[in-house]
Amino acid sequence: MAISKRKRAMYTRYAIYALSILAIVVMTLLVDWTRLGNAMFKWEIVKKQFPDILTSAAKNTVVFTILGFAGGLSFGLLFALMRLSSIRPYRWLAATYIEIFRGIPLLVTLLALGFGIPIATGWSWPNPYLQGAIPLSLVASAYMAETIRAGIEAVPKGQMEAARSLGMSYPRAMITIIIPQALRIIVPPLTNEFVLLIKDTSLISVLGVTAATKDLARFGRDGVNSSANATPLIVAGLVYLAMTLPLTQLVAYMERRAKAAGK
Amino acid sequence: MSNETILIDDYVVNVNDLNKSFGSNHVLRGIDLHVQRGEVVCIIGPSGSGKSTLLRCINMLEQPTSGSVVVLGRELTHIDCDIDEARTKIGMVFQQFNLFPHMTALENIAVAQRKVLGRSKAEAEMKGLQLLARVGLTEKADAYPGQLSGGQQQRVAIARALAMDPDVMLFDEATSALDPELVGDVLNVMKTLAEDGMTMLVVTHEMGFASNVATRVVFMDGGVIVEQGPPSQVINAPQEDRTKSFLSRVLNH
Repeated sequence: MAISKRKRAMYTRYAIYALSILAIVVMTLLVDWTRLGNAMFKWEIVKKQFPDILTSAAKNTVVFTILGFAGGLSFGLLFALMRLSSIRPYRWLAATYIEIFRGIPLLVTLLALGFGIPIATGWSWPNPYLQGAIPLSLVASAYMAETIRAGIEAVPKGQMEAARSLGMSYPRAMITIIIPQALRIIVPPLTNEFVLLIKDTSLISVLGVTAATKDLARFGRDGVNSSANATPLIVAGLVYLAMTLPLTQLVAYMERRAKAAGK
Repeated sequence: MSNETILIDDYVVNVNDLNKSFGSNHVLRGIDLHVQRGEVVCIIGPSGSGKSTLLRCINMLEQPTSGSVVVLGRELTHIDCDIDEARTKIGMVFQQFNLFPHMTALENIAVAQRKVLGRSKAEAEMKGLQLLARVGLTEKADAYPGQLSGGQQQRVAIARALAMDPDVMLFDEATSALDPELVGDVLNVMKTLAEDGMTMLVVTHEMGFASNVATRVVFMDGGVIVEQGPPSQVINAPQEDRTKSFLSRVLNH
């Protein structure tokens, strides 16, 4: 006897639930929890991470992120406006910049600017924060330029025409009318860029940083080396999550709200 | 130079042998149009006839391909002309209103007064409130465009253009995007404006408005002015076949 489509879908779903629960139970029974706990989440080592992981490492990660974001936003806006310019060389310059920095891995850019330039020129970075944050913001600006350009292009053409017909110059119309509207559109994607930047700062640890400028990832790695235990990395991962989860939730909230407003 | 200025002084808008092409599409083919102070010129014609393009060339939202546009004695098509400054004297009202959605009605009216004319906030807002009263929307000063009906938005847009104290107003199908029951309020505002002596160029499909308010009706088709004259002539007794056939299509149904 044939069963109906909906019944078949229902049985399939039950089967998947049952299999999932079974898989979890089997894994729980097979794993040696004591050993795993000792290697990856040893309470004494967890306690030793504090307060330095927050007062120094997390603080450095935040500083790198904010410097990278601020620089990325300013240069990103500049390159977005250049890409939208009626002057061709500006468009070419911006497009070239964006393609180059989006096409090269951040790690390579960090090494090239952080180490390569000092080696090539004999000049040295005056500040270890800038050594990491400037390459980071150069790459971030390439991504943000595209986000900002999309935001500006999403503002209806009539807005610029209305502003110009009132006698506003192009820059004045951009600043007063277009960019404020574009910013609303791009806040969710820019927040996403911010989350990506938080995680990307971990790559800065490849530059030989001083004890004072260690970021979270480097702090966790050095902790692993000194304690011969994975716990410091787990703790560092949890601190990253504590920073990124609220932001991704915020983005989800903003997108829901924008969707509701758009109806 | 000075001779010419005196000659055209009575004229607010002088369009001479204006041509506009978009690629291979020749939209305006040698338009001559001269509008004196206080005239209300309604431009009618089938869609695609170039009416809106002509209007948009008058404040240089479209760059003419050839020919000249002189507004208030200033040749806008000349390379040395400061278009931004000239535009403050040319008000424009759009089909889609184009209010600034991130600003209240009052801010919409005040922003260009402040940023372009350099008026103080108090001065700009006082002027804004007077204009809102004039278009019958005093109570909507703090409303955002999204909270207003189409007709209300368009009246705010008219007030916004008037706030610059323009010498001429351009209306680009100002009522075409409105629900039928909202058209009347906007047309009334435009009619009052005409009665107050504003020089107006109105691209419209509202034949009633053209008949009753226009001092001159211009019929355009295929990028040229086919016929023009007082409404009694162009609308009631058209001479050209193209005008007759257009009017029979819009009037008889």
